[in-house]
Amino acid sequence: MDKIIEIRHLQKSFGTNVVLRDINFSVSKGEVVCIIGSSGSGKSTLLRCLNLLEYPSGGEILYHGNNILEQEMSNAVYRAKMGMVFQQFNLFNNLNVLDNCMVGQIKVLKKDPASAKEKAMEYLELVGMSQFITAKPNQISGGQKQRVAIARALSMEPEALLFDEPTSALDPELVGEVLKVMKKLARSGLTMLVVTHEMGFARDVANRVVFMDSGVIVEDDVPEVIFNNPNNERTREFLRRTLEE
Amino acid sequence: MERTFLEWVILIWNSNWSLFLIGARNTLFIALTGTIIGFAIGIVIGIIRTIPIDDNTHPVARIAYKIINFLLLCYIEVFRGTPMIVQAMVVFYGAAWIYNIHLSPITAGIFIVSINTGAYMAEIVRGGILSVDKGQFEAAHSIGMTHFQTMANIVLPQAIRNILPATSNEFVINIKDTSVLSVISVTELFFLSKSAAGVNFAFFQTMSITCVIYFIMTFTVTRILRYIEIKMDGPSVFTIHGSQSVPEAQIRIVNRE
Repeated sequence: MDKIIEIRHLQKSFGTNVVLRDINFSVSKGEVVCIIGSSGSGKSTLLRCLNLLEYPSGGEILYHGNNILEQEMSNAVYRAKMGMVFQQFNLFNNLNVLDNCMVGQIKVLKKDPASAKEKAMEYLELVGMSQFITAKPNQISGGQKQRVAIARALSMEPEALLFDEPTSALDPELVGEVLKVMKKLARSGLTMLVVTHEMGFARDVANRVVFMDSGVIVEDDVPEVIFNNPNNERTREFLRRTLEE
Repeated sequence: MERTFLEWVILIWNSNWSLFLIGARNTLFIALTGTIIGFAIGIVIGIIRTIPIDDNTHPVARIAYKIINFLLLCYIEVFRGTPMIVQAMVVFYGAAWIYNIHLSPITAGIFIVSINTGAYMAEIVRGGILSVDKGQFEAAHSIGMTHFQTMANIVLPQAIRNILPATSNEFVINIKDTSVLSVISVTELFFLSKSAAGVNFAFFQTMSITCVIYFIMTFTVTRILRYIEIKMDGPSVFTIHGSQSVPEAQIRIVNRE
């Protein structure tokens, strides 16, 4: 399979605090990979390294075989290929819903406004927010914001979409609408990398589940193995604690 | 014959109204121009002072940035740390003595107010940029925007909205503080009021009129800027016209923040 990203010996430390040590894994086209693990295990940092929002301290990130940490490819060009959905939505507060989905297309991809709008509407339709195009972010609910954030990322037509705990900041009743959109995307063949605490989502939707603990990947396998018959004691312990709640 | 206060005011206004109006016009002109130029200076410096510098920055760029930043800091500290009345004297007479440039008082006045406001605005803008949520920068970077695209399209519009109250404050201060320019004979409101009072020696009555004019100007300006703020914020309630099932429905979404 065509590997979009391959990570080799990735390391990240903040000062003396080592957050990621020797991470190796890859994501192929069309895969849905869920990263699970307790708080502080480094899963968000790993995702942020993939988008260079955090700059790795060592190792390689191969994008279609080219190491983006060495290549002349600018960070901005690479980032445009990796969409990101944040825990706190981070919609542009000064722009309405439609402009949130258009600004990147116009400024970064240099598209003309008409085709940018068409693309934006297509994805706003997909996430069910096409009625709210003139609303400002502070006028809509958290779940709606997150759906717009997903449409914004999709409008850039990225090769992969990174989700950083997309439902953790939502009221429980609003989690469903966002997960529904994500399931729809997963079925459409989009490459997704999801840091999540939603074990149900990981079990049902993911092709692969990665369990992280203290900055290392403990186990990387299909959901059936991870959830039913994990090989590692730490995975078993984590799942027992999480699923009990 | 003893005049009442009101009779004095009417008399002074009737004989000096053109002086008051010219003074008010000059005051407003200097304050407005000075605030706008100062705002522009503040934006430029604020942007420069918030350029992110990290380990990946080229060493030469880092040193150049340090030097520029130091010079800007000197400008800010010197002009914030000395009285405008003294700056006016130094610039006006200094320009004449050192460079043999004889500035017109109004030009000198605008120059002083601009660079003085610029020094304050630089810090206000910097604060405004820092007050924008870090997530806004990250989201903009994540869709591939460069630092300057992020600034121009996402951060500055929000920062400017956030610093509007402080800017309106600066404008009001400038309307009042142009009065110190009377020391370099700028024909602003206070200077002309003084000359009017010098004719009739009715200082209290004349300055009472001056007070009212200053207040009308500052109050009008704060109201106008407040109105602009409200306009920029837009309504806090969003109405959808027509739903999928009922086209004539109006669904009101109340601001949930």
